Amino acid sequence: MTESGNRAGLSRRTILKTAGSGLIVAAITPAGMILGRKAWSATAEALKPDSFATLVQMSRDIYPHSRLEDKFYAAAVSALDAAAKADEAVKKALEDGVAALDDAAGKAKGAKYIAIDSEDARTSLLHDIETSAFFQKVRGNLVTGIYNNKEVWPLFGYEGESASKGGYIHRGFDDVAWL
Amino acid sequence: MTAKFDLNDDNVVVVIGSGAGGGTLGAELAMKGVKTLILEAGGRHEIPDFQNDEWGSFSQISWLDKRTTSGTWRVAKDFSGLPAWIVKAVGGSTIHWAGASLRFQDHEWKARSTYGEIKDANLLDWPIDGAEMDRWYTIAEDRMGVTRTHGIPGLPGNNNFKVLEAGAKKLGYKEVHTGRMAINSQPRDGRGACQQIGFCFQGCKTGAKWSTLYVEIPKGEKTGNLEVRPNAQVLKIEHDASGKITGVVYADKDGKQLRQKARLVCVAGNSIESPRLLLNSSSSMFPDGLANSSGQVGKNYMRHMTGSVYAAFDKPVHMYRGTTMAGIIQDEAGHKPERGFVGGFEMETLSLGLPFMAAFLEPGAWGKEFAWWLDNYDKMAGMWLVGEDMPQEKNAVTLHATEKDQYGLPVPDIHFDDHANDTAMRNHAYSQGEEVYKSAGAMKTFRTPPYPSTHNLGTNRMSEKPRDGVVDKNGRTHDVKNLFVSDGSQFTTGAAENPTLTIVALSLRQADHIASEMSKGNL
Repeated sequence: MTESGNRAGLSRRTILKTAGSGLIVAAITPAGMILGRKAWSATAEALKPDSFATLVQMSRDIYPHSRLEDKFYAAAVSALDAAAKADEAVKKALEDGVAALDDAAGKAKGAKYIAIDSEDARTSLLHDIETSAFFQKVRGNLVTGIYNNKEVWPLFGYEGESASKGGYIHRGFDDVAWL
Repeated sequence: MTAKFDLNDDNVVVVIGSGAGGGTLGAELAMKGVKTLILEAGGRHEIPDFQNDEWGSFSQISWLDKRTTSGTWRVAKDFSGLPAWIVKAVGGSTIHWAGASLRFQDHEWKARSTYGEIKDANLLDWPIDGAEMDRWYTIAEDRMGVTRTHGIPGLPGNNNFKVLEAGAKKLGYKEVHTGRMAINSQPRDGRGACQQIGFCFQGCKTGAKWSTLYVEIPKGEKTGNLEVRPNAQVLKIEHDASGKITGVVYADKDGKQLRQKARLVCVAGNSIESPRLLLNSSSSMFPDGLANSSGQVGKNYMRHMTGSVYAAFDKPVHMYRGTTMAGIIQDEAGHKPERGFVGGFEMETLSLGLPFMAAFLEPGAWGKEFAWWLDNYDKMAGMWLVGEDMPQEKNAVTLHATEKDQYGLPVPDIHFDDHANDTAMRNHAYSQGEEVYKSAGAMKTFRTPPYPSTHNLGTNRMSEKPRDGVVDKNGRTHDVKNLFVSDGSQFTTGAAENPTLTIVALSLRQADHIASEMSKGNL
């Protein structure tokens, strides 16, 4: 008999791994990560800075929200960078994926992925690889990396925890007035 | 106050599971003076432990043991390791249930007689009916404090309900209200009124919502006749040479195996674990699993016809504020075969927070259109569609041939294919749901596929004849005298309604039967 499995940390991995996303790393945003535009690529610890930057652009193209600054996509990619740091195979898979994406971009548009100005052209390149383990790893990471980041919730009008504020009984549970 | 039973106490009734079925049964038996032990696989988390955080709560209370899926249902593709979204903790899925408490319609007890022969469906009438169950429903509704019963007022409508109601009325629907909910609309039974927190699926932080965890079980414990033993996952039910159940083997929190003797055993581990346990308890006397002479253990798995419709408006809704499911349209619940399918469905308000919306709106989707929906998150309204699905013998919980769990036992595989009737009903329900929101002025509507199953039913079904099912009209197995099934796996058919009220009513009725048989010396 083996001991019962460690439940901690199973949650997001269990559900999203099975959602075809391949390896999912913990995607909690590093606290206090305030970075200027493009400066975030310098924070890469395992991935090449250029690869980090490409993954940030790719992340924005997968879930494009004009209201989100790059720092939120970079925070999500930092989780991939951490996984790459922890596992050489993950690092290779990500670097190979970026290299293949740049290669396809070069053949299609004569430029690296990040240098293609047209969003539609970049998205088209992503559609070509959307069933790949690389794409699914990057996409799966974003489901929690973007949308479970408490700092982005107010930007989408989501208020999060409410019990400590007394719920919404006196704070607008029925305030819709336009019907 | 709480009882403490010895492993060798063979006079104790052992109940496996502490949710709507097991938690209610165990507490009721204790209140009738019966020495009862509930073995619960999960831990005991009390109200202060609950989190208003979707992923945080998910990892805290969900049943995450290894499971596999097969079949053509979309859940097998999107969430292959998570066929069901249910709870592993004291209180079971009454921690995360939404509170909707609807009675079966009379004809739904007699699906085979009412619907006739349906190709590829394994329909059967229940051996009980609405007249028999009326008394037990009445007791259950009182016990659970169901709104719109026993003079209890309905809950106030939240934003999501107001949008649903406006659209429904413009469309001509008549039966539209804030539901029959086991959530206090005013203080009752020592618990306060709903504070419109939202997060009903993550455990109610005020206890306004009925749960066995903090309503039934403490009442049972107070009698001195009930022990609830958490972190005790039952692996096998054992019997003697005469075929009589003698006890169970369970693993404690450290994985250590212990043998608990029992006078009789009641299985209430939800419709996946209950048949799995019977199948894993096979012996030379019962080579196909306990209580399985019919071959029906694990078969006829039902999960309700489900789907969701979300709509985006041009003004804010904030659907997540307030009670998640206090809103219903019941006009489609009846059996109206002219719609192109048998049985009916309910349309109920439902909302997800931003994190779960991203994961469940359209699993695997990406790009501009998907991002557009999340950009409009605060302007969305949502409903869940839940209706009767057809039992099919091939839809089944079976033991996996090679995959093993943390105890070395075969994991369950959950096979499900939609029946043509399920698909026809879902398409009609999607269409009507979209019409509701268009009538209220929606910019766009979206058909969200079924989530991992929350209503797991039918895998140890009740039947009049032993050859047709696993348990009799009291939930006692046809094959083994002192073995009962006490959860939704008893369901002969699923009906359109959320199942918890019926599970509770059946448990109260079963407790009465067991206590009576014990006092007569028959058990």
